[in-house]
Amino acid sequence: MIYSQAVLNGDRLALARLLTQVENNTPAGRTALIELFPHTGRAHLIGVTGAPGTGKSSLVNQLALYYRKVENKRVAIVAVDPSSPFTGGAVLGDRVRMRDLSGDPNVFIRSMATRGSLGGLAQATANMAQVFDAAGFEIIIIETVGAGQSEVDVARLAHTTLVVEAPGLGDDIQAIKAGILEIADILVINKADRPGVENTEKALKSMLDLAHPTERVFQHHGSAMRTVAPAQDSSATLMWIPPIQKTVSIESKGIVELAESIGRHVNHLRQGGDWAVRERTRIEVELEALIREALLNRFREEVPQEKYDDVIEKVIQRNISPWEAVKRLLKGR
Amino acid sequence: MTDNKIRVLVAKPGLDGHDRGAKVVARALRDAGMEVIYTGLRQTPEMIAEAALQEDVDVVGLSILSGAHMALTPRVMELLKANGQTHVKVFIGGIIPDEDLQSLKEMGVAGVFGPGASTEDIIRDVQTAVAG
Repeated sequence: MIYSQAVLNGDRLALARLLTQVENNTPAGRTALIELFPHTGRAHLIGVTGAPGTGKSSLVNQLALYYRKVENKRVAIVAVDPSSPFTGGAVLGDRVRMRDLSGDPNVFIRSMATRGSLGGLAQATANMAQVFDAAGFEIIIIETVGAGQSEVDVARLAHTTLVVEAPGLGDDIQAIKAGILEIADILVINKADRPGVENTEKALKSMLDLAHPTERVFQHHGSAMRTVAPAQDSSATLMWIPPIQKTVSIESKGIVELAESIGRHVNHLRQGGDWAVRERTRIEVELEALIREALLNRFREEVPQEKYDDVIEKVIQRNISPWEAVKRLLKGR
Repeated sequence: MTDNKIRVLVAKPGLDGHDRGAKVVARALRDAGMEVIYTGLRQTPEMIAEAALQEDVDVVGLSILSGAHMALTPRVMELLKANGQTHVKVFIGGIIPDEDLQSLKEMGVAGVFGPGASTEDIIRDVQTAVAG
């Protein structure tokens, strides 16, 4: 009760402390999450991901300024940077680009290291977002480096996911390779004042065309080739095609248009029923992760460490296979 | 996932634009397994205290080369206290004359590192301060 009531009352120090407890997955953190849960579900979660150097932090800075000044909403930012796999340490530098937000009590920025935990990052981020949600932040921006599965998982927490690109980072093959394009609700070409922006836009457009089939005519070896789109049912007509927004965040260019695009996506989600679908998926994924954790903990409590070590030793000696080992451990033998 | 990392804010208050030292220290602390939040140049004491609060840090490291340490340090300490962060240890790095060391200590500064300080000493002192 110590944390949750204070957080609901708007105590910023309690909020900061609770975020640490939640990130460290302590009993106090878990208790507070349970108490705060009824107060969640109001915020709009925006995921921002993309390769290093695309200007995500500057873009987040500008978006947050827009939400403060134009829409007068309270904004929380969770900025995730990688931990060193060798030492476990991290330098979290996203605040450097967010100094414009300093001094505004309705903005709360929290840096977070990935800590290299398997799947734990998405859970910890989700929990921190819930704390901000309960604390009354209406917009929660989660910024991650788009370089792996865990970042994709984090982006999937969001209602609206922005994937940020910049000119000159790679050819169109990179755009095809990057699996993160498929999670984008909005594609942002930041640094759009740089040379090569047309090529980046063209590559992204062609990727989107491949991903979202509609009837099209190609010129193939001089003759017209027609592709037929799948029959459109009523839900397909409501399909969201990710728009491409061009921004120059250090000059605040294209930010209003980007925010409007985000607004259109929210309307689309709410009107088409996708908001509820995403909410359900999110809760399903979260429950599944919690069940997995609980089952694993229960299993580790039931199986004595010696037994566990013994089975591992047998696998190392090639006496039994890992699959047999699991079977034995589950049977408690 | 119950590992408690030492969280450190490395900040440069005031107007001098040399952050080489701050970055070297940030990197050394990272390599010692700490989570270092780096805020960049030209921070006001208000910005530093706010970042320390939002990030719930254990340690604040101030890099000051401008000679303004006797003005900036007490202000940061005051603001941390006003925010309820009395447990936060404050370290200073930079060009600090010997005659100021005593008054900085009286203000509650946990340690001062001048030119030539080794990163091993800094890491050790930070770890000891947080543990104690």
